[in-house]
Amino acid sequence: MILSVVLASLAVYSWKILGYLVPERFISDRLRGFSDRVTIALLAALVGIQGIAVGNELQLDARIPALVVAGLLLWLKVPYVLVVASAAAVAAGLRFLGF
Amino acid sequence: MARAVVSTSLSVAIATGLYGISFGAIGVAAGLDVLSVMLLSLLMFSGASQFAFVGVVAAGGAPITAIASAWLMGVRNSFYALRMAPEFGPRGLMRFLQAQLTIDESNAVSASQKSAADRRLGFWLTGVGVFIFWNLATLLGALGGNLIGSVEAWGLDAAAAAAFLGLLWPRLRENLALAALGAAVALVSVPFLPAGLPILLAAAVALIPMGRKA
Repeated sequence: MILSVVLASLAVYSWKILGYLVPERFISDRLRGFSDRVTIALLAALVGIQGIAVGNELQLDARIPALVVAGLLLWLKVPYVLVVASAAAVAAGLRFLGF
Repeated sequence: MARAVVSTSLSVAIATGLYGISFGAIGVAAGLDVLSVMLLSLLMFSGASQFAFVGVVAAGGAPITAIASAWLMGVRNSFYALRMAPEFGPRGLMRFLQAQLTIDESNAVSASQKSAADRRLGFWLTGVGVFIFWNLATLLGALGGNLIGSVEAWGLDAAAAAAFLGLLWPRLRENLALAALGAAVALVSVPFLPAGLPILLAAAVALIPMGRKA
């Protein structure tokens, strides 16, 4: 696992250092747009997988109401750390009650 | 003028750093040991990439899939670096340090300053501040998370989903269709692909020119 962590860290660092080494004129707006979209597509996929998938199956459970509450709190501009903690509390509470 | 930069940088550093607690706890809950979780915060130091790595591991994905997800998630840091390089890209060894601190937060604080001196100060204060608080909080979360037994009973799986939603949120309004498509591609492919790959497949959606900057 540590080897994977180090390799992944080097991979991420390669992007960071690349921006300081490559002259800006080589970067097109099209590439910039792609970079923005990759981030959004990946994050949305991770919300979906983490919220609905279990292994190779889709499963609707206490995570859904937790995500709804998180969305509501984000919309109300509640600080990030409270949003995450509230989602955990909602899911934990529902499961404690047997849902 | 400089005083405003200092207080903005500090509040961003503390606020961002705090959610390192959730990263530490979620990382340990995903099955990583405390050392691996700490190395992610120290070496990778890019929140969304770290959560992506841990998310794939938690889903049972192969290491190479986790590495690829983290890597793809980090692409935007390149563009932050590009923006800053002409104005205050240092030479020599400092450049490698500046690169490591080039993340969402340091870029955002720097970009919102009016003078060149404040942009530079904002970058360094926020970058160093987030690094310190993020790593301290990760350690706290990882040690605390170790004491927790069941991930589900504490709602940590839901917390991880909310963590991604929170990172997505500021970008969501202008890119709703793209986000919906990304999530749909990932979910539809879940029954057919090994764990972690649906996330990478969703990244391919970014090849379609759509949304704000299309």
